[in-house]
Amino acid sequence: MTDGTRALSGTPVERLTVEAVRAGEVGVADLRIHPDTLERQAVVAQEHGNPQLADNLRRAAELTRLPDEEVLAIYEALRPGRSTAAQLTELAASLAARGLPRCAALVAEAAEVYARRGLSAK
Amino acid sequence: MSTPSPEPVGRVRFMDRQRVNLDGFAVENPELGLTALRSPHDPSPSLVVSDGRVTELDGVPEARFDSIDTYIARHGLDLGVAAEAMALSDLAFARLLVDPAAPRHEIVRLSAGATPAKLTRVLALLRPPELVMAMTKLRARRTPSNQAHVTNRLDDPLLLAADAATAAAFGFREIETTVPVLGDAPSNAVACLVGAAFGADGVLIQCSVEEALELELGMRGLTSYAETVSLYGTEQVFTDGDDTPWSKAFLTSAYASRGMKMRVSSGAGAEVLMAGAQGCSMLYLEARCVALARAIGAQGVQNGGIDGASVAASVPLGLRELMAENVMVMMRNLESCSGNDALMSESDMRRTSRTLPIVLAGSDFAFSGFGSIQRYDNMFGPSNFNAEDIDDFLAMQRDWGVDGGLRTVDAGRLGALRREAAEACRAVYAHLGLADFTDSHVDLAVDAAGSKDLGETDTLAVLAAAHAIRQRGLTVVDIVAALDECGYVHEAERTMAFARARLSGDYLQTSAIFDEQLGVLSLVTDPNDYGGPGTGYEPSPARQREIDAIRQERGVDDLRASQARFAVPLLSAVGPALPGQGPRDVVIGVSPAVGRDVWRCLSGLAVTDVLREMLAGLEEEGCAGRIVRFGDTVDLGRIGLAAARLAGSGIGIGLQGKGTALIHRRDLAPLANLELYSVAPSVTLSLYRLLGANAGRHAKGATPDPARNPYSDEAIEARYHTTVIALMELERRRMAAGAPPEELSLEGLT
Repeated sequence: MTDGTRALSGTPVERLTVEAVRAGEVGVADLRIHPDTLERQAVVAQEHGNPQLADNLRRAAELTRLPDEEVLAIYEALRPGRSTAAQLTELAASLAARGLPRCAALVAEAAEVYARRGLSAK
Repeated sequence: MSTPSPEPVGRVRFMDRQRVNLDGFAVENPELGLTALRSPHDPSPSLVVSDGRVTELDGVPEARFDSIDTYIARHGLDLGVAAEAMALSDLAFARLLVDPAAPRHEIVRLSAGATPAKLTRVLALLRPPELVMAMTKLRARRTPSNQAHVTNRLDDPLLLAADAATAAAFGFREIETTVPVLGDAPSNAVACLVGAAFGADGVLIQCSVEEALELELGMRGLTSYAETVSLYGTEQVFTDGDDTPWSKAFLTSAYASRGMKMRVSSGAGAEVLMAGAQGCSMLYLEARCVALARAIGAQGVQNGGIDGASVAASVPLGLRELMAENVMVMMRNLESCSGNDALMSESDMRRTSRTLPIVLAGSDFAFSGFGSIQRYDNMFGPSNFNAEDIDDFLAMQRDWGVDGGLRTVDAGRLGALRREAAEACRAVYAHLGLADFTDSHVDLAVDAAGSKDLGETDTLAVLAAAHAIRQRGLTVVDIVAALDECGYVHEAERTMAFARARLSGDYLQTSAIFDEQLGVLSLVTDPNDYGGPGTGYEPSPARQREIDAIRQERGVDDLRASQARFAVPLLSAVGPALPGQGPRDVVIGVSPAVGRDVWRCLSGLAVTDVLREMLAGLEEEGCAGRIVRFGDTVDLGRIGLAAARLAGSGIGIGLQGKGTALIHRRDLAPLANLELYSVAPSVTLSLYRLLGANAGRHAKGATPDPARNPYSDEAIEARYHTTVIALMELERRRMAAGAPPEELSLEGLT
């Protein structure tokens, strides 16, 4: 499925060669997967009996837009006792506003359940 | 009144000393979670759906759902099939698992609507061969595969590179490394990445460390998959593990967003060890983990006990439970990485018994870490199989004709690729200014069977290199550039091709591995189509040859060549053998290939030395021996009898080239000999001399000194039968019907 596949940078994968590395033309964003690729894989997962894997890949497509540090920060915020319900709700709203609706829904659901199960920060 | 118990009898003391008695065996105790398949505290399966919402799951009403229940209820079940799946009786469901006529996709469809308690009940019904059958049919990928651990006590990069190349060459498609010193992790990832590129194309690399660092290494393309994202079956233990289903779901997406393959890790025993099993069976708690794994969108699960394997193994039915966990993953349409990665017994028989059924059935990964290095170098702790066991495993594959993912590597090639990998690793580290290693360090790493063979190394240099990799933000592009500039163009291309292949995302699908042409094999591209005999995975003819051609194989031609190396210019034919006249004339009859193709007995003694001793024994008794080769039979009884009939004394000795010998007398039936040395590998020169002397005593009518056949408790037949067959073939090829007996020269023997 490499035909037409691009890296996150937009570079077509077939241009990511050792010659390109030699010429100093390959950067970190050229190693990153493109959200369209993840969306395409989500369709494949759905067709192969795994809608949950499809959802995961769609959330992943959204996360390609965030820098590494922010991804790690959100993970940290979701660990038990790290965030108040209000903080998680706020995070969800911010993600939604920035066009990451699926990730926002995940965080919003966490806010609700954490409050009920004592997993929020006091 | 009880008296102090006396010391047990010797038979019991002897049994106590066997290694299996180092293992711990627990009394089944459901209160502690020490029960494999069923606990009185396991809930009864139930699923109530109102208006498209789960309002009761396995006996728990929605208001009392814990976080795990909630995640599964909201995301993990296909409510469209739930009513059908839950209405199916446990027995009917269980029968579908083993019925070849029930296709995999049908079981996957039903399982998606089944609750954790339901699948627990169903799998608890399967007996061991039924589990093998279910796994054969239900694993996602058609082609089985295997994963290796590559680590060492020193985090030595050159040894890691050589060992990663070795593991890749042996056929492992995933390599998992970890560190005794956390700070070394980036260096281990780089060393394994460089090394694996020399062993084979398309091997996935993992560096198992804490989540943030692991994700960071993956983001930089230094590693390509992760499997240490742990799930637990109770909320308490989950929270103690500092995560929630939502944090794990997010992490799962985070890995995918950076194009990394990921599977979660769970398995029996973890909750028991953390005193948090809440009285439930191991299989039920694992059923919750597996349902959650599917719910959060992970493509696969590493389970089958993992670190808790010995906990499961300590209770009745524990090994069934471990295998049932794997099958449950397959039912949920996920990749199974099937455990076998922790040494679960001190007994070789028990640990083999634990692993064998999974190898026979075939799994996406039979091991979630076969220790490709020695036990002491395995920084995960020893695996159930390790470098000590690679030849055993290759022989087991061959014995059963199954594909466990491994293959033999030619000794010369292994040495060469270990050298290339170690030298390339040194060159890359030097080129990037990470560390400098000496020539002798390279030599030691190439030859080392383990890190103890390296002597003292500079471990601080490794830490500094790892620190530099992290601080400078080195990526796979830097590694490709370094390989290229150091002259390793092919490996630079390989590594770059792999980085490119990752961008297609095909390997994010269930059960994906790369084959050696960088094609992806997965649930999507290589779905398991087992439907009974004659269907499903069958090794290709080329792969079958790899499985069969272990390096210890020997044929007749190999034996002929090795015998020829021992040929000496003795035993030349001097003419037709004639009947002897004197009463002290004893004939030693030898088999057709002696003095032509066969020169060494099974014992390793030279045939000429054996004959020399026999002649000396005869001489001690005042008899004169002759040597006659019989060309028309390979049967020792007939050779001995024919020798006796030629001898003036009527006494003959028969000797086959392999070393079996007897004394015969001219008036006896062929099989009724006077003395027989049947255990050819164990006969010594002094025994052959005694045989000669006894033949002399028979000739004189004196009393022989009976010889005892030597006894061995070793697997003498396993060791020698193949050689016997080849030796007899050499004898048979020299046989000619009606060939007259030939007198052989005694020169050099007396």
